[in-house]
Amino acid sequence: MTIEFEQHIDPRLIPVLEKVHDPEIPVLSIMDMGVVRSAKIVDTIAQIQITPTYSGCPAMDVIGEDIITAFAKENITAKVSLVLSPAWTTDWITPRGRAALEKYGIAAPLDEQADKEALLGNKKIVKCPQCNSTNTKMVSQFGSTACKALFQCEDCLEPFDYFKCLK
Amino acid sequence: MKNENIIQYIYGIADNALILGQRLSELCGHGPSLETDIALTNMALDLLGQTRSYYQYAAQLMADGKTEDDIAFLRIEREYKNVLLVEQPNKHFGYVITRQFFYDVFHLLLLQELQNSKDEILSAVAKKAIKEVSYHQRFSSDWVKRLGDGTKESHQKVQDAVDDLWKFTDELFHMTQDDMLAVESEIGVDISLLKEKYYQRINKVLEEATLTTPETKWFQKGGKQGIHSEHMGYLLSDLQYMQRTYPNMEW
Repeated sequence: MTIEFEQHIDPRLIPVLEKVHDPEIPVLSIMDMGVVRSAKIVDTIAQIQITPTYSGCPAMDVIGEDIITAFAKENITAKVSLVLSPAWTTDWITPRGRAALEKYGIAAPLDEQADKEALLGNKKIVKCPQCNSTNTKMVSQFGSTACKALFQCEDCLEPFDYFKCLK
Repeated sequence: MKNENIIQYIYGIADNALILGQRLSELCGHGPSLETDIALTNMALDLLGQTRSYYQYAAQLMADGKTEDDIAFLRIEREYKNVLLVEQPNKHFGYVITRQFFYDVFHLLLLQELQNSKDEILSAVAKKAIKEVSYHQRFSSDWVKRLGDGTKESHQKVQDAVDDLWKFTDELFHMTQDDMLAVESEIGVDISLLKEKYYQRINKVLEEATLTTPETKWFQKGGKQGIHSEHMGYLLSDLQYMQRTYPNMEW
């Protein structure tokens, strides 16, 4: 467990890292999720630092193993370590990642202020990923995973996950 | 500050997260509704995740080959430094929510100060955890209001829980020797200074929930010194069962 302040990613490693996906949201690569904090080659070993989305996120162990497997396929040895600071924020999800989330049926995080209004039920602003209506309501602040809240669309009646803003 | 004292200081924070996380995990599959079940277990997961970060750091400081698992599973009751509040059993949903609310308000105040710690790792863990605990506090405060200002029965149940658990709130601000050492070396938080703000926040929510703040001035403590209530032994026998039965087992 260490602390790293800047993101350094060796562009040569990106194609491999893009092949690793979040096991709970399979449409999202770990690069699009913004959990890779640094990636460099030191003495032929790929050293990858990842940061957890939530402290207890069970996907982190799997992601670590998947990175090692992905590099092994390219005959590269990889070492994965966990960094805690700076703490992950949903701002690090790339535009491509947000689009992938929406397409998969998960509403992408709003900005901090809008998120608060939505979760307190003050405003109807979370857009249903199925029919695009904003006539939606929150069913539960916690959804299928720690990072999501459960919503339901009052027009098409589909329940859906909303990826909570984390800042 | 010696590593030995820093480790004890870490236990004073992390054991609360472990034991409360364990209590919430007991509710997995037993919540009163699907949504609350999922919420409570998600909070348990956050707390266990935070515990792991603290214990990994403590194990690193010990530098004697012990791991986070040894710390979580192989200590004896007297070595756990959690407050009495978090080990109290899950009597009913209103009780669980009240216990959570009493802890969340303290937890968030603590983390907001701990993020300024001179210790880089403690500061990083705190910064991460603040984001999670803000959600916990919002969830438990909302439910205290819903139950308190709900039906006659829910109001009574939550009021009884408030009256019963109130005596454990003062211990949250009790400073041990290790707390004082940690404050002196600027890695720890002077929790005694959080007390006023704590009760202000608690009272505000209780008032909104149409609940009455207990007047009792008698408070129970002991957990932070390792002297626990009867419930702790039962909790630990459940928590430690696997490691004690199959020593050194790993996932």
